[in-house]
Amino acid sequence: MSKYTEEELKKELETKEYEYGFYTELNAETFPIGLNEDIVRAISQKKDEPQWMTDWRLEAFRIWKDMVEPEWANVTYEKPDFQAISYYSAPKDVDPNKTIDDVDPELLEMYKKLGISLDEQKRMNNIAMDIVVDSVSVATTFKETLNEKGIIFCSISEAIKEHPELVKKYIGSVVPTTDNFYAALNSAVFSDGSFCYIPKGVRCPMELSTYFRINQAGTGQFERTLLIADEGSYVSYLEGCTAPSRDENQLHAAVVELIALNDAEIKYSTVQNWYPGDKNGKGGVFNFVTKRALAEKNAKISWTQVETGSAVTWKYPSCILKGDNAVGEFYSIAVTNNYQQADTGTKMIHLGKNTKSTIISKGISAGKSQNSYRGLVKIGSRADNARNFSQCDSLLMGNECGAHTFPYIESQNSTAKLEHEATTSKIGEDQIFYCNQRGIPTETAIALIVNGFSREVLDKLPMEFAVEAKKLLEISLEGSVG
Amino acid sequence: MLQIKNLHASVEDKEILKGINLEVKAGEVHAIMGPNGAGKSTLSAVIAGNENFEVTEGEIILDGEDLADLAPEERAHKGVFLSFQYPVEIPGVSVTNFMKTAINESRKAKGLEDMPASEMLKLIKEKSELLEIDRKFLSRSLNEGFSGGEKKRNEIFQMAMLDPKIAILDETDSGLDIDALRIVANGVNKLKNENNAVIVITHYQRLLDYIVPDFVHVLHDGKIVKTGGKELALELEEKGYDWLK
Repeated sequence: MSKYTEEELKKELETKEYEYGFYTELNAETFPIGLNEDIVRAISQKKDEPQWMTDWRLEAFRIWKDMVEPEWANVTYEKPDFQAISYYSAPKDVDPNKTIDDVDPELLEMYKKLGISLDEQKRMNNIAMDIVVDSVSVATTFKETLNEKGIIFCSISEAIKEHPELVKKYIGSVVPTTDNFYAALNSAVFSDGSFCYIPKGVRCPMELSTYFRINQAGTGQFERTLLIADEGSYVSYLEGCTAPSRDENQLHAAVVELIALNDAEIKYSTVQNWYPGDKNGKGGVFNFVTKRALAEKNAKISWTQVETGSAVTWKYPSCILKGDNAVGEFYSIAVTNNYQQADTGTKMIHLGKNTKSTIISKGISAGKSQNSYRGLVKIGSRADNARNFSQCDSLLMGNECGAHTFPYIESQNSTAKLEHEATTSKIGEDQIFYCNQRGIPTETAIALIVNGFSREVLDKLPMEFAVEAKKLLEISLEGSVG
Repeated sequence: MLQIKNLHASVEDKEILKGINLEVKAGEVHAIMGPNGAGKSTLSAVIAGNENFEVTEGEIILDGEDLADLAPEERAHKGVFLSFQYPVEIPGVSVTNFMKTAINESRKAKGLEDMPASEMLKLIKEKSELLEIDRKFLSRSLNEGFSGGEKKRNEIFQMAMLDPKIAILDETDSGLDIDALRIVANGVNKLKNENNAVIVITHYQRLLDYIVPDFVHVLHDGKIVKTGGKELALELEEKGYDWLK
């Protein structure tokens, strides 16, 4: 019996090192490495974009050229060489009219390995999938159901062509090209991403979902997501990523903009599992993301994220609570293991009256990793009766990791009420032994304890995502104790 | 069922158990008594396989199999259960979820499929009724904010769910008032049968009024210095431990 368990464990440890670390041969078209105005133009041309879009990209590129990489985050890494990256890669021969049945069988195989086969998704879930492999969307499902409601859900490239008035109006309205180094870079070279528009008063009948994936070696990936919920509408959006193993660092600098007009609600959930590097800290994805939402009057924004991957994470999904009574929420689980570094948190900018925000952050550190929560709660002078509740909990495993909390508060209004709670705990040997004694092996015990610690956030995820998230937590912390 | 032969164990090079011999047969209840620091809790931890203690000599044999090379969870799968003196808290993990995980891990080790949800629910219902446990209690986070009595009842509930061959109750009576003590003891009595055995580790005689032992052993300085029937417990109550030293 003992042999059986040991062998099982050994096998598991071997296969779980990076469960999604495989590489699929795709016939891709890749640009030469390096970045200049010609490359920016070429990207735009390749995608058949209108002149205004090309100009917008070029403007962003010029801004970016004069910017320097930010250094204030609590992370250290070798800065990427931006001239050694290829800025465009697309699976060849994409026909926008093709159906899932026409999709490259090799791709479908890849999804199967990831457990997200389209067939299965189609049959079993009511999730519309807009899958991004490298840079170009290859398949979109459930479009018809969405069409009936007037919901637009497509790739951003398609939206630029089909709905230029919406894109032109909103792109860069929440995250301007001048916002920060990576946002500017993304604006110049973004390859593809998702676009979503929910018309007035419409409740999106299904969870919208996008799976991102880095595939080509040495290809930076720059997604651009734009989501607009018109007055009184509702949408729940799921974003999940897994990336194959790579030795060199891969840069990922996405921009996500959410706009919730009056009385609208957006729920945005992310499970992020980019390759974190091996156990010696070699390789792994750099994830420098700008995510921000704008909430108009009575609107509600809810960010939920489970961050388990990336070698370095730099990410602060934020809410600008512009309208009166707007509500912002941020629920986060960030796991770091081995040599991973995460500097993540949120900004809640209260501008309207009676605006409310909630921040629940759960950081789990293991190995030699560093996990920082960085959050800003800002109350503007007009934001009477603004409320914020922040809770930051850290769980440490072992003695070599670090957990840090950097809460910033700026209040210009004396009627504001702000609460902040923070705890730090450690997974104890006594907890593990207690579980062991009940027949629960150490790896499972850790997963159980971590899931318990994260429950408040996991509960916020849509059901099918929660299952995946739990699995990821487990995989990420493999072998981190004893 | 359980044989302990010349068991020596130490922690950080300090020898705590200095040659314990004990045989427990199916259907029996053994009480282990002794003053503080005699090694009672160490004995229970060593049987359960706590790796903070090093077994330097001797054997622990369960149903003919030496437990020496088995990890704590493997011992649990073989039917060893320890009711902790200080049950630990696991925030966010419900009693139900914890038990579900424990039962299914044990089944997995035996090559069985997960227990079907309906069967699990039935088992939970049956055992919680047997031990008069409010079902609401089972959705609470494991031991978090539990009173002393609730913690110990929860231990016995887990024992009921896992149906062990040998249950070691480590100071289950500590911190309990008389009502809680009675409830816990009744629970143990209901779970006792021909095929299992119970080792009750206690400081005081009062628990033994409710869980009546077949044998009482006195542990002193890492050794069993006296063994008798249930009347020995009463004698100890009266005379204390000093006369045995």
